[in-house]
Amino acid sequence: MRSLGWRRFVNRFWTVASAAGVVAALVPLASLLWLVVSHGAAGLSLGFFTNLPAPVGETGGGVGNGILGTLLLVALASVIALPVGIGAGVFLAEKGNGRAGDVIRFVTEVLSGVPSIVIGIVAYGLVVAPMKRFSALAGGFALALLMVPTLARSTEEFVRLVPGALREASLALGVPKWKTSLLVILRTAAGGIITAVLLAVARAAGETAPLLFTALNNQYWNFRADQPTASLTVQIFNYAISPYEDWHNKAWTAALVLLLLVGLLNLLARLLSRNRMEGAR
Amino acid sequence: MPPPTEIAVVGGGGPLARARVSPWGDRAWGLGVSVLGASILVVAGLILAELSGVSVVAWRKLGLLPFLFGTDWDPVQDRFGALPFIYGTVVTSLIAILVAVPVSVGLALFLSEMGPKPLKRPVGFAIEVLAAIPSVIFGLWGLFVMVPWLRGTVEPALQVAFGFLPLFQGPTIGLGYLAAGLILAVMILPTIASVTLEVLKTVPLPLKEGALALGATRWEAIRMSVLPYARPGIVGAALLGLGRALGETMAVTMVIGNSPEIHASLFAPGYSLPAVIANEFAEATGDVHIGALAALGLVLFGITVLLNALAQLLIRAVNRGMPRRAA
Repeated sequence: MRSLGWRRFVNRFWTVASAAGVVAALVPLASLLWLVVSHGAAGLSLGFFTNLPAPVGETGGGVGNGILGTLLLVALASVIALPVGIGAGVFLAEKGNGRAGDVIRFVTEVLSGVPSIVIGIVAYGLVVAPMKRFSALAGGFALALLMVPTLARSTEEFVRLVPGALREASLALGVPKWKTSLLVILRTAAGGIITAVLLAVARAAGETAPLLFTALNNQYWNFRADQPTASLTVQIFNYAISPYEDWHNKAWTAALVLLLLVGLLNLLARLLSRNRMEGAR
Repeated sequence: MPPPTEIAVVGGGGPLARARVSPWGDRAWGLGVSVLGASILVVAGLILAELSGVSVVAWRKLGLLPFLFGTDWDPVQDRFGALPFIYGTVVTSLIAILVAVPVSVGLALFLSEMGPKPLKRPVGFAIEVLAAIPSVIFGLWGLFVMVPWLRGTVEPALQVAFGFLPLFQGPTIGLGYLAAGLILAVMILPTIASVTLEVLKTVPLPLKEGALALGATRWEAIRMSVLPYARPGIVGAALLGLGRALGETMAVTMVIGNSPEIHASLFAPGYSLPAVIANEFAEATGDVHIGALAALGLVLFGITVLLNALAQLLIRAVNRGMPRRAA
């Protein structure tokens, strides 16, 4: 048996080592947040939100079309993904206790780990190739494929949180099963599901890779689903890898805008879920 | 057709009334929900079918082995070898795992076992923030902050210390395998840390208390009772992180240097599977080029699906509390 002093030393050593893990994780985060805010804030102006991108060398110009494009893409994706994702989640929660449920749950877990760039190729094959053009629809479809597994998983979790007594009470009153599911169970879980939707939308809004060859990009305003569209993320990418100092600054500012958008969605989700928890108590 | 559902309603002393409820609502609901559930399988099938469909030209034209093990990638001359990308993906993901696993397991242990309790919430929140940052912003930060730091400080220092190893030789450009691996480490850290935290929660308290009661220090209790129990789950967390690292696109594309060659040195610029798809797909000319890129996507899909499946099985095993040998 080693001496107590030595064992205490070893204990302290590993405590410090594991604390170093915390520091190592927080330093990059702090550096990233600080630089995005400090580099990005300089370029913020109303015009940055409302103007089209300016050519190199010209002052002014913004990412208005990118912001609009991101909103358009996310809206298209939500229209496709919400019914499927939430429906699949309800299936897993209500009918997913058998073998079929197990298989579908497992496939959902595995799908949520498929790289987004691969989903981009799928959207290319299914939408871009038949339409013979890049389009917002293709981009939205790609984002929808990414959202479905996450939505299904979190919907299942929230539906399962609804106390069984609620369902039994409703059924005992003679309410049909489908009305019970729709008006009692889903309404009770609605807060949680909205949280899940906000988080999925936030993730989709930050995606770049699957948009590169589906939604492509656009120098101008686009309001149509069948046309290529700009997006905030692709805009950041293009500005960042360009050789121009001026564009690098714009990349930082656009990154700040994206971070604010994503942060806002996450914050909203957090507030909603907190209210729900407190309401339940 | 089964008879309609009948519900008896007992009136106050009156005659027994019967309300008929149509079964069609329940049937439609059940069917609709089941169809949506099955759509998950359809999505999975679509992904596989499309990847195979788009890439089939390349497999036919290039052949399986020459494609996977070819080292020459020159779309202009229709030469497609995938090895530089596979190599870059493997090397960068390995760096990421080697860096991220100790850091995130340390973090998880500190938060759940060793550190002061008040730290738990704020640090947990910070990890969630880290997980929510879009990858293109990591790329931006990597390109303008981490790469110059590697070029100016880290790589020269590594060269002085370990320059005799081929891994750390050659010009220090900043852009390259090391930069990509490190940015990946930062990005997969929240995944590994949060899954590890979940796994640590499932360790039965009596295991730990027993060790402590026998006079073990905190670290000894962790080493002898917590870690052996949680090990499969931690391995699962690492595999999940690895899966994310393999498929991560934007940040890697921005810092790996994008050169389709194989270098022994970690300082040299390379390429990865997702990065080449991201850079070349939109401007790919000809079916074979597109097919070859989709084939790279199929390889990536196959690897990540396998890894994720394995990770899920491991994590489930721990969460179900399957008895484990304390190795």
